[in-house]
Amino acid sequence: MESSVPQRLELRGITKSFPGVLANDHVSFSVAPGEIHALLGENGAGKSTLVKMIYGIMQPDEGEIRWNGQPVVIANPKAARRLGIGMVFQHFSLFEALTVLENIALGLDMSVPQRELESRIRDIMQAYGLKLEPHRIVSTLSVGERQRIEIVRALLLDPSLLIMDEPTSVLTPQEVEQLFVVLRQLAKEGCSILYISHKLNEIKALCDTATILRGGRLVDTCDPRVETSRSMAEKMIGSSLKTIVKPEGRTFGAEKFVVKGLSMPALGHFDIPLRDISFSVRAGEIFGIAGVAGNGQNALLLALSGEEPVADAAAITIDGEPLGTLDAKSRRLKGLASVPEERNGHAAVPDFSLSDNSVLTARDRRRLAVSGILRPGAARKYTGEVIKAFAVKATGTEATAGSLSGGNLQKYIMGREILQRPGVLVVNQPTWGVDAGAAAAIHQELIDLAAAGSAIVVISQDLDELLSLCDTLAVINEGRLSRSMQVGEADIEEIGLLMGGIHGEGEAVHAVEA
Amino acid sequence: MRWRLEKRQEPSKLLQVLAPVGAVLLTVVLGAIIFTLLGYDGVGAVREIFLTPLITSYKWQDLAVKAAPLIIIAVGLSISYRANVWNIGAEGQYIVGAIAGTGVGILTNSMTGWWIMPLMMLAGMAGGAAYASVPAFLRVRFKVNEILTTLMLSYASVYLLNYLLACPYKSPTSMGQPQTVMFSADQSLPYIIPGTIVQLNAPIAIVVALIAWLVFSRFVFGFQIRVVGTAPHAARYGGFSADRTIWLALLISGALAGFAGVLEAMGPVGRLILQFPANYGFTAIIVAFLGRLHPLGVVLAGLAVAVTAVGGEVAQITIGLPFAAVGIFQAMMLFLLLGSDILVRYRFRSVRHGSVAA
Repeated sequence: MESSVPQRLELRGITKSFPGVLANDHVSFSVAPGEIHALLGENGAGKSTLVKMIYGIMQPDEGEIRWNGQPVVIANPKAARRLGIGMVFQHFSLFEALTVLENIALGLDMSVPQRELESRIRDIMQAYGLKLEPHRIVSTLSVGERQRIEIVRALLLDPSLLIMDEPTSVLTPQEVEQLFVVLRQLAKEGCSILYISHKLNEIKALCDTATILRGGRLVDTCDPRVETSRSMAEKMIGSSLKTIVKPEGRTFGAEKFVVKGLSMPALGHFDIPLRDISFSVRAGEIFGIAGVAGNGQNALLLALSGEEPVADAAAITIDGEPLGTLDAKSRRLKGLASVPEERNGHAAVPDFSLSDNSVLTARDRRRLAVSGILRPGAARKYTGEVIKAFAVKATGTEATAGSLSGGNLQKYIMGREILQRPGVLVVNQPTWGVDAGAAAAIHQELIDLAAAGSAIVVISQDLDELLSLCDTLAVINEGRLSRSMQVGEADIEEIGLLMGGIHGEGEAVHAVEA
Repeated sequence: MRWRLEKRQEPSKLLQVLAPVGAVLLTVVLGAIIFTLLGYDGVGAVREIFLTPLITSYKWQDLAVKAAPLIIIAVGLSISYRANVWNIGAEGQYIVGAIAGTGVGILTNSMTGWWIMPLMMLAGMAGGAAYASVPAFLRVRFKVNEILTTLMLSYASVYLLNYLLACPYKSPTSMGQPQTVMFSADQSLPYIIPGTIVQLNAPIAIVVALIAWLVFSRFVFGFQIRVVGTAPHAARYGGFSADRTIWLALLISGALAGFAGVLEAMGPVGRLILQFPANYGFTAIIVAFLGRLHPLGVVLAGLAVAVTAVGGEVAQITIGLPFAAVGIFQAMMLFLLLGSDILVRYRFRSVRHGSVAA
């Protein structure tokens, strides 16, 4: 019986290379009808390239794609959709100023009368429990709701294979659960799902099969329900995972970094203003700020780092000393270091050598420049220390920052700040787009810095990261910060609701607040 | 089969050096073709413009005279352009610098002393910087595009010069000519090579370029200019103020343009006259780019452009080429350089139809 039903999708020896990289090296696997198949791998493992070839955005250099047993050439996304392949991208392509209905109509290959389209959309939403108001303007919707538009758009084509690219990276825990319900229902109806992610517990909860890629090669195809998260992670990174050592029973010192009533108007048109943010971090404590992307995290980092000084000097203090009005350079001299989310062009200058990038933030604290004159020797020496202490893979201190991989550049940036021994360190998304090995190393360094008596603030959209790393936690939503919670006592349900804020889950949040 | 521009993984180092050379060579070839088509002796024009000044030893001093102001202005412009501040009004700052320095010169015309010349130079720099401070203020305070303001102010400066020469600056002994008094011996740049017209401004240009090179490579200020120009967010993160950088870039480029202006008045011209503006401020834009915005590259580029200027004068006399022809050659050089810059960062690749993403 089993052999008589052809596989929905089968890849045979797919190879794709770009100048300087072999993105996929003879990758073969297959997806059965109704199967939820995980495609697992670190950043740069070749997942996206593989999926782009399945969806017709790129063509393989070698190998064969079979669809329901027949070899096919998928010339472009339109051809993919005609075969019955739908895709929900990680970054949505929606027009902010148009309604849900208009956005869906624009994305269709053929034109459908509006009334008919609306009734079909309502049918789909009804069938899968996707709550969405067709006449709402997209700019008023939460990220979770926007994703639902993309899912509805894909389902309108009645696909028999749905590709989901990192769908949960922008969702609250509750939204993730709702998404899984929809995906399971689709699978039960016979639609295959190719689920791309690097979140192991999600894959264990959702998927029937997992194909693991590393460095463009297929490492293993396994059953995630019998594997442990750890065993899959080790296959993904190709070495055994270092356990993070967090000293037990740590004691915290006095309040070191205090933010009180910090407000800042929106910086740009689509930016979020900061509203009355207050929290305090003790010496030795790691304070986490959770939240869905786009809720004021970037503005908060700019305000804390000094890139956007605020009017009220007392809004930000270190050891009681006010520094709200100071710029980044002066705050660094007072012991406040920071790492923004964007590595290229913000935390580091890609065209500059690592030595020059060290001058960018360490010139005063490490005396890489004295009375306005650079000391290139000192800069090289300090950069060498960073490279050595943080195991940065680079050709040397004169390698350009842009030539490093994301993980290595992040290790360098974190090392550059940590070796300055700041009293306070504020980081935004410290392990975003970083491989698991580098992420573990960065986490360990943060814990060690805290153990040495620094106060640390970690802003992250990865709740698991915050729960394993931080002592205290608060949630940012729409530029407002929730009360602080001890991580040991924190209730995931409540954190999820706070992350959802007034968007989407409005009633539930009011219930919690009451 | 068709061609597509594709970004290189890393800009080609070799092409970065070859691009200016290639641009000059292409200018020579295209220039010869264009002027032949226009009915001139195209090959002869190219020979007179690019070769004669180099192989005729008595023309070398002319090169020094033309190159000095170009280099001084272009060094300032490359500092400004590196910071992504587009000062294209160096011509105006050059004129106002000369006006300010000449003002001191008129007041001190009957005096003697070693201090007069440095004072005039300082006044020239201050004048150029002050004139550049207007666009700096408008840009920082009201976000007014400095490309427009610097350019417009350079036209205004010509009228300021005309007014001053017609009235307050006019020499009492000029018999009605709109010109100032001749500068005295203590106000004129000394000749440094006996028997030539090479004056002190030539070595000064080299020194200015060397100092700028040192500042770029060894001073936090040069670092700041580079960071603000390439990665403004990183600059703010590193604690460098974008506004302060705009101010400094415009003040420095303005001061150097003004410095070049006063040196020109104290040197080759000897006084301020109506014909004083000689487009050095605009030509220096070409020099700055041809020199890759690098102070030492600017020295070479300044000499190269001076060759075309001197050669243009030769060609006017020998084969009757119009004076505007030099401008065409210089513009072609800039155009081809900017064009070849694309090839440094990108390359052409042939693609088959159908394999492009829909």
